[in-house]
Amino acid sequence: MAKEIRAIVIAGNGTNCEREVAHACRLAGAEVADIVHIAELLAGRVRLDDYHFLNLAGGFLDGDDLGSAKAGANRLLHARVADSEEHLADQLQRFVADGKLVMGVCNGFQLMVKMGLLPALDGNYQQQTATLTFNDGGRFEDRWTYLAVDPDSPCVYTRGLPGIYLPVRHGEGKFVPGDDALLERIESGHLAPLRYATAAYQPTMTYPENPNGSVAAIAGVCDPSGRLFGLMPHPEAYVHRTHHPRWTREPELPEEGMGLWLYRNAVEFLRSEVV
Amino acid sequence: MPWRIVVGLKDGVRDARGERVRAEIRRHLGIELESVRTLDVYTVDAELTDDEVAAAANGPFCDPIIQQAAVNQPLAEDFDILIEVGFRPGVTDNVGRTAREAIQYLTGRSFADGEGVYTSTQYLLKGAIDKQAAETIAGDFLANGLIQRWTILTADELDPAKGVPVSVPRVVGSAEPTVRTISLDVSDEQLLAISRDGMLALNLEEMKKLQAYVADPATREKRCARGLSAELTDVELEALAQTWSEHCKHKIFSAKIDYTDENGNRQLIDSLFKTYIVGATARVRENMGERDFCLSVFKDNAGVIRFNDDWSLVFKVETHNSPSALDPYGGALTGIVGVNRDGVGTGMGARLIFNTDVFCFASPFLDKPLPKRLLHPRRIFDGVVEGVEHGGNKSGIPTVNGSIVFDDRFAGKPLVYCGTAAIMPAELNGRPCHEKAVQVGDHIVMTGGRIGKDGIHGATFSSEELHEGSPVTAVQIGDPITQRKMFDFLTIARDRGLYNSMTDNGAGGLSSSIGEMAEDTGGCELHLDRAPLKYPGLQPWEILISEAQERMSLAVPPEKLDEFLQLAKEMDVEATDLGTFTDSGYFHCLYRGETVAWLDMEFLHQGVPQMVIPARWTPKTLREPGLALPQDLSLELSGLLARLNICSKESVIRRYDHEVQAGTVIKPLVGVANDGPSDAAVFRPLLDSFEGTVVSHGICPSYSDIDTYHMMACAIDEGLRNYVAVGGDIEHVAGLDNFCWCDPVQSDKTPDGEYKAAQLVRANQALYDYCVAFGVPLISGKDSMKNDYQIGDTRISIPPTVLFSVIGRIEDVRRAVSMDVKRPDDLVYLLGMTRDELGGSEYYAAHGELGCNVPKVDAGYALDLYKRLNRAQRQGLVASCHDLSDGGLGVALAEKAFAGGFGIRADLTAVRTDAPLRDDALLFSESQSRLLVSVHPELRDDFEAVFAGTDCALIGEVTEDGRLEVTGAGGRVLIDSRIEDLKQAWQAPLREL
Repeated sequence: MAKEIRAIVIAGNGTNCEREVAHACRLAGAEVADIVHIAELLAGRVRLDDYHFLNLAGGFLDGDDLGSAKAGANRLLHARVADSEEHLADQLQRFVADGKLVMGVCNGFQLMVKMGLLPALDGNYQQQTATLTFNDGGRFEDRWTYLAVDPDSPCVYTRGLPGIYLPVRHGEGKFVPGDDALLERIESGHLAPLRYATAAYQPTMTYPENPNGSVAAIAGVCDPSGRLFGLMPHPEAYVHRTHHPRWTREPELPEEGMGLWLYRNAVEFLRSEVV
Repeated sequence: MPWRIVVGLKDGVRDARGERVRAEIRRHLGIELESVRTLDVYTVDAELTDDEVAAAANGPFCDPIIQQAAVNQPLAEDFDILIEVGFRPGVTDNVGRTAREAIQYLTGRSFADGEGVYTSTQYLLKGAIDKQAAETIAGDFLANGLIQRWTILTADELDPAKGVPVSVPRVVGSAEPTVRTISLDVSDEQLLAISRDGMLALNLEEMKKLQAYVADPATREKRCARGLSAELTDVELEALAQTWSEHCKHKIFSAKIDYTDENGNRQLIDSLFKTYIVGATARVRENMGERDFCLSVFKDNAGVIRFNDDWSLVFKVETHNSPSALDPYGGALTGIVGVNRDGVGTGMGARLIFNTDVFCFASPFLDKPLPKRLLHPRRIFDGVVEGVEHGGNKSGIPTVNGSIVFDDRFAGKPLVYCGTAAIMPAELNGRPCHEKAVQVGDHIVMTGGRIGKDGIHGATFSSEELHEGSPVTAVQIGDPITQRKMFDFLTIARDRGLYNSMTDNGAGGLSSSIGEMAEDTGGCELHLDRAPLKYPGLQPWEILISEAQERMSLAVPPEKLDEFLQLAKEMDVEATDLGTFTDSGYFHCLYRGETVAWLDMEFLHQGVPQMVIPARWTPKTLREPGLALPQDLSLELSGLLARLNICSKESVIRRYDHEVQAGTVIKPLVGVANDGPSDAAVFRPLLDSFEGTVVSHGICPSYSDIDTYHMMACAIDEGLRNYVAVGGDIEHVAGLDNFCWCDPVQSDKTPDGEYKAAQLVRANQALYDYCVAFGVPLISGKDSMKNDYQIGDTRISIPPTVLFSVIGRIEDVRRAVSMDVKRPDDLVYLLGMTRDELGGSEYYAAHGELGCNVPKVDAGYALDLYKRLNRAQRQGLVASCHDLSDGGLGVALAEKAFAGGFGIRADLTAVRTDAPLRDDALLFSESQSRLLVSVHPELRDDFEAVFAGTDCALIGEVTEDGRLEVTGAGGRVLIDSRIEDLKQAWQAPLREL
């Protein structure tokens, strides 16, 4: 019997999408998809080491009060696990070093970028090199976006996918690399597997198809290994036909939503290469 | 010495916030600026080292990719005027709280008492403006003087070495706690003065009741034994005033009403609430018999109905009008997070699944001078929308349904309705989850936020000036994250069975929450000095009635107390043991061991005297306007589409996350371009089930100007019509009423009180009649009865307004129907009867008329149609369905067509009418109980069979040519417009807001 795939979704302090992310993991075939409050991790009762697939879900960590996910990143970096010398960040670095999967969606993506987990060139997972900041429109928006997929990306989540259609729901989703050299390396390394696009899946800088003015229309970023991945659009928000905004008028839509494909790829990868 | 950390964007980084502020200053104030840039300031008042402050400045406070930070020196340069806006002392500063926590994580040390972080924002304005213009920008746009203060400096005035002078908005001037006693052995005049000066809002009769209570020798004797005098303490007086307030006791809805109708018939109504609201529900439940799905009505924070065998649905809608008038952002934010606590605090606790919001505003484009102290409707609009946005989005609750109603009388008082639904297991640890009971000996535990002077005496338009150094009491600002953490904690505590009862702390604070919970056991012993405070200096009475947000009160059995407190600590939630519930028969408060309140529970809760309110119905003499038939009905239609009450609200809807939790099946925006106006929301609360809940509402205050009876009937029908349009089951639906009235008590101030009271009676009569006829039980509701503005001689009263919200069920969400037409050649049917009912319509309003033929509802007729529609939907026969409301058939046809991206050709001669009607009446009459349906041609026979013998008229078909073409008698073309043009007219008015 194959060993079980164990997914964890961290909750607490303003994380909001933990239930639907866990549901998506389960639908994708993960045998375990635990929602774990961060207090449990900090108390040392639950350890990241016991899982294969870490999900950092959408929400407003600490209200995004110091800028999206900033206070959350600070907590993960500096909070100690009870009765040990370890910070939660140490567990996280070990998780990454073990070749496991981490996916951050929306606030989770912001958290990963601000902790330095993405794009994490040259094996440095601890230094922030890019950011996600206020949408050019200056406002939170909920709208569905077409996303072009880079077929040459090492990203394990987007393998073999055509374009996908997902909602964005954020006020701070504009991706900005630290400098042109970083952008160049992201492009040449195919580390931007998803870009905001027209309905014909052509990347675009035009609002509202590109809802936030992201540089190079970047909607999602992975690390060079392709195992760490973050994106502003919400894949867990489209796992069934009835999530699609036009399901009542497009009878040909498949039962399964496009967002689920990302989770399926993750579970498949884990089953074949990690577990 | 406090530190000032300033954080700004690096050169060349776009300042989206600054750009938005610049654009809004132009729109709001007509002031043109070259540029606006923004800086964030953290004033850190704590014992820290230079290195620690530098680490915070360059760590959690600053994004190294796009921002830079400076400590104790300015970043501002290249500007003409600098405005720094910060909070007044004592105002909730959420960002400051997070900043403080971030520093604590960084240093590993906790802040000492009195230490803190305070945030402010610097706006760097460039352009030809002087300080006076800057004052206008600060006072009229950037800041709200009630909660914020500002500093304005020219470029020359800014000290280049130190920047803006440091000012720490710490609450200062703590008074020693004292308890005063108040003699009520005084004249009537003095009694009234005590009430007025203390902002107790008690009338003479109520004051005399208190006078008699303490004068009673039996009371005196008992008080004496407790060490209290015959004079009430301030703690007692405040507790009584809160408990007896209109807000808590609903005195107008509980009053005896002496009602005389238009024929002179007199009727004594003993409580509108009991007679019409509770009465309707009792009758409906009796009629339903075994089908009764109500579980908990009127007795808890929210109503509870059955969802399925395993789950129950919780629903509540609140208003937060006065606070939103004072501070639109804080008021609305508090409104939404406050109603969320009602949802969570129902029964043993529930999980929130969605929010709804309905606003009534004056036009944001209002272009006339406003009376003193009123904020411009544009500011109200912006602030309220942002408040609900933050409240909902940050809490992870989708905002799925709502609307905005415009009438310039709402300049006097905006209405802000915030609704919330939640789901709870039908049973918890073997007992019904919607029931709870405090046990004698349970500990009183308060969780969540701390107590400050927030919201003491609610928000009143008091004349008292707020002064430097005194904490703000009128306005509260919600903190969604503290609340979210508390809810996460309470869910776990609930499932572990760690408490026996819970309720939220809202109006009246601990006084109300503990007072109500103590009714279960018949007493309590509450130690006010144990309550955690935001800052020192609160008086015992202030602790008791503070409305500081984000707090819940629980009854925790002694054997569970340690586990409860330990769990709270681990989850970083404050929880404090404040005493015990007893069966002493007394509401007993202590401060440092001394008794400060000792009130008979019976007197506290049942003692308030019943008001008697006269009401006399004299219908107004109104007539139809006799408008000439317009030449160009296409023009009339596009004009109506652009009216504020009809036009697209997309710019607002997109600011709300309406999809978080992944349950929204029919979203607020639907159609080929995701921008058509949905009638109602369908939501799937359980991710592994296709059973859904449906929510919608009806609201039509314009009809109140003719007759509130029909206003109420129309609101009920509209709510249900929207509900069935998407597929809601008409046999499993509950209603919830929110009355917002102008003062209906006859007095010098309100010379037309008898009329307003009669309007209230008539609305209640309709509520009863139609709920019973439709078979819709009411499960909860709320009233807000003083929505008037009065300063000097200026009086503005809102139109009597009732929001009728409905919640119910759909068996299978895959059978839900959206409003947009689906494909060419589909047949278009109009269900229902069109009458000459343009009274109070948008069409008449567009021509400056009211009319008198208000729409009337035939509930039996409507119910039959709705049942058939449900049947057709279940059989999959309905391709689209849209309700007819504001703007009638013309508007519904246009919306349906452009939402679907196809044209419609329609023939008005096919419309069912009860008498010959003019073309404009056919198009724009607002007759109720009508729906516009499209059906695939191959399903025609099946569809028509379901509606055989009813007013189901085939009036046209969907076309590919993208035009709305409407013909009248003799084939005359009445409307011929491109759907893009109609859509443009509909989208334009509020697109930029």
